[in-house]
Amino acid sequence: MSAKAPVRVKTLTIDGREVGAREDQTILEVATENGIFIPTLCDLPGLSTVGACRLCLVEVKGARGLLPACVTRVAEGMEVAVNSERLDRYRRGILELLFAERNHVCSVCVVNGHCDLQSLALRLGMTHVHFPYQYPRLPVDASHERFVVDHNRCILCARCVRVCDEIEGAHTWDIMSRGVDCRVITDLAQPWGKSESCTGCGKCVQVCPTGALSEKGKSVAEMSKRRQFLPYLTLMREGRR
Amino acid sequence: MTIEELRKIAEAEREAQKKYQHHVCVCIAAGCLSSGGDLVRDAIQKEVVESGMKSEVLVKGVGCMGLCSAGPLVSVESDGKMYAGVTPEEAPDIVGSLDTGAGGPAECPTNVPFFERQKKIVLENSGKIDPERIEDYIAHDGYRALVGVIGEMSPRQVVDEVIKSGLRGRGGAGYPTGLKWSTVAKTGEQEKYVVCNADEGDPGAFMDRAVLESDPHRVLEGMAIAAYAVGAQKGYIYVRAEYPLAVSHLKTAIRQATRLGLLGNDICGSRFSFHIDIRLGAGAFVCGEETALIASIEGKRGTPRPRPPYPAESGLWDCPTLINNVETFANVAPIIRNGAAWFASIGTEKSKGTKVFALAGRVTNTGLIEVPMGITLREVVQEIGGGIPDGKRCKAVQTGGPSGGCIPERHMDLPVDYESLKGVGSMMGSGGMIVMDETSCMVDVAKYFMEFCMSESCGKCVPCRAGTQQMHSILQKITNGEASPADLALLEELCDLVRNTSLCGLGQGAPTPVLTTLANFRDEYDSHIEGRGCPAGVCQGANRNGKEAAQ
Ligand SMILES: Cc1cc2nc3c(=O)[nH]c(=O)nc-3n(C[C@H](O)[C@H](O)[C@H](O)COP(=O)(O)O)c2cc1C
Ligand code: SF4
Ligand code: SF4
Ligand code: FES
Repeated sequence: MSAKAPVRVKTLTIDGREVGAREDQTILEVATENGIFIPTLCDLPGLSTVGACRLCLVEVKGARGLLPACVTRVAEGMEVAVNSERLDRYRRGILELLFAERNHVCSVCVVNGHCDLQSLALRLGMTHVHFPYQYPRLPVDASHERFVVDHNRCILCARCVRVCDEIEGAHTWDIMSRGVDCRVITDLAQPWGKSESCTGCGKCVQVCPTGALSEKGKSVAEMSKRRQFLPYLTLMREGRR
Repeated sequence: MTIEELRKIAEAEREAQKKYQHHVCVCIAAGCLSSGGDLVRDAIQKEVVESGMKSEVLVKGVGCMGLCSAGPLVSVESDGKMYAGVTPEEAPDIVGSLDTGAGGPAECPTNVPFFERQKKIVLENSGKIDPERIEDYIAHDGYRALVGVIGEMSPRQVVDEVIKSGLRGRGGAGYPTGLKWSTVAKTGEQEKYVVCNADEGDPGAFMDRAVLESDPHRVLEGMAIAAYAVGAQKGYIYVRAEYPLAVSHLKTAIRQATRLGLLGNDICGSRFSFHIDIRLGAGAFVCGEETALIASIEGKRGTPRPRPPYPAESGLWDCPTLINNVETFANVAPIIRNGAAWFASIGTEKSKGTKVFALAGRVTNTGLIEVPMGITLREVVQEIGGGIPDGKRCKAVQTGGPSGGCIPERHMDLPVDYESLKGVGSMMGSGGMIVMDETSCMVDVAKYFMEFCMSESCGKCVPCRAGTQQMHSILQKITNGEASPADLALLEELCDLVRNTSLCGLGQGAPTPVLTTLANFRDEYDSHIEGRGCPAGVCQGANRNGKEAAQ
């Protein structure tokens, strides 16, 4: 027996296009490789997948419902549709729900122009929000020496939680409570500045898709995120394994 | 433990019980306990001692007898009498009447449809045996199935028997139990787990609690048979911490079964070992969802994850895991004992056996009932439930809990089975059944369940977290009489979005109460919106605003 496990491949179609894939790949990975766009928010290559934002839902022929492309593995002969009137409608609906849930006021946000949520809304043609805004009163925690968390902008994607746990190994972040009361917390809901586990590496700030986590000293539209470290770090890790 | 030794224990117990002329069973399950069942038991016991009848009368604390709303319940097995609403002061009357058969308090008739129309498999021992004594369970055929299986059947044969019985999951979705077992069995020889889902979070549901409190060994036996069939070595019972009596009875039962070698290492001298541990849930509804439950047992935050992979392939600590509901496991021993054909002869073509329901709402008799699948809703409501009190008319029956729907009166002749209930937009669910009459407002009912889903949403996925909040505020607006037809259109759009895009069954099912009430009682929604007020007179806001509009 050879030491190397054989690589198995599958062929499937995405929006009618035939594509080849390794059997351990997800629909999202294969689509991305082939230049086919699927909207995502919670997914970030290099982090574990959670399937939480539901923007990447696609239609798979024969499946019982819509499937999240970021976690669904390819299968032989799979027929995937990533664009349809129905999917477009759902995706805009989900984005609108996010905008209405908290206080996303782009014009005064540090990441205006560099925000994943904002650019998706533009790309998916979300012209207005037709659900009533909830305007919750949420705090801003600026107790950390270099960073700020603004809960008004958080979409609870848990990227910060995952990068801190899986890449930095600190597990400073977590999510507490249920439903719309959910909130990201540091340590046991201590102010970030008091956190004993935070190493101050700033990875959470860089992976955060919105203006919820930002660096201090940045004004409106001045903060853009640098995520180059992620593919590099994960590659190094995989090499070590 | 051999089948012979088991028989000896059973015989000794039966002999010991036969020595008593009278068996007085007092329900001390949670329902009756809350109205003083334990005080009644103590008073009767004291009376028996004081009147020198200690060697004649056996006083037993037992589990649920079903008619929970009339507790505390006492039944005298020797003469078949039952007393409801018993107070400790009535103890002398009851004891005094034992020998003569006269002079006792007013009896609760047992020859009525409430008792006679039921069929008991899961609850066969409930209200009869002392749940804290393994000998009593063994005297009622307990553990015969397990010992027989280990001695005489191969795991494959056990799986086949469960497949042939047609048993389907009682936790909600009705997935074929045998199929699930065979999937876990097929994963080959490796570490595997059996998990019993006793989280029971549906509002008003207490079927599983009653089983665990009244007959805990039945669940352990079912789990052990399952473990033997799928090749698991370790089991967990995930039970809500709000069920202290169930937890205490389970702990006692596990200890007793382990002492007799029916759980633990090398069961019955075979090479099969199975250990069961209890894990307490902290009361989150979503932790009843299987992947959230698994995360919770692993010590993580209890949130669901996308499936596949299903737990049968990758569950607890990524090992193949069989997860079934309490009631599902409770059916296993009788199936093995009496044969798959016996079980399959009860019920309908696709729904076999019985189902336990917590009957509640606007019916005369509320409580816990077990009925054969295929019985009609009308029989349940009119005969077992004794009809609607105060001469009111039945309007709808809600089944399936917060993910279920309201079935209107015109479908009352529908058989109670998985497919029929699904066919009218509702579902079997875990066994909640709420009867509603003209005094129930269907919009208010929908709002109640939406509020439940909103506050129990785990918050992980966007459509459920934010969508239930939006839907709830629209329903609030409607019941306040402040909504417009545009709000109703928005509500329907949200139902479609949340149902089709949510991650787990909680979000996917959250719109169902709204959708079924909209489909069957749209005029009630319209009335609230068009300023004609709340037809049932429940929504004060709608009535007030309606009057203002009319003036
Ligand atoms: C939100 C939610 C809550 C659930 N709660 C329960 C529960 O309390 N008890 C239960 O047995 N199953 C519950 N289920 C169903 C379980 O996920 C699972 O299907 C079941 O335990 C499987 O057992 P069965 O095949 O014996 O029915 C729930 C599902 C969802 C989506
Ligand atoms: S703070 Fe940012 S990364 Fe963290 S959950 Fe909120 S939006 Fe996501
Ligand atoms: S549907 Fe609701 S309960 Fe289920 S994962 Fe999503 S937010 Fe959590
Ligand atoms: S990217 Fe797939 S669910 Fe968020």
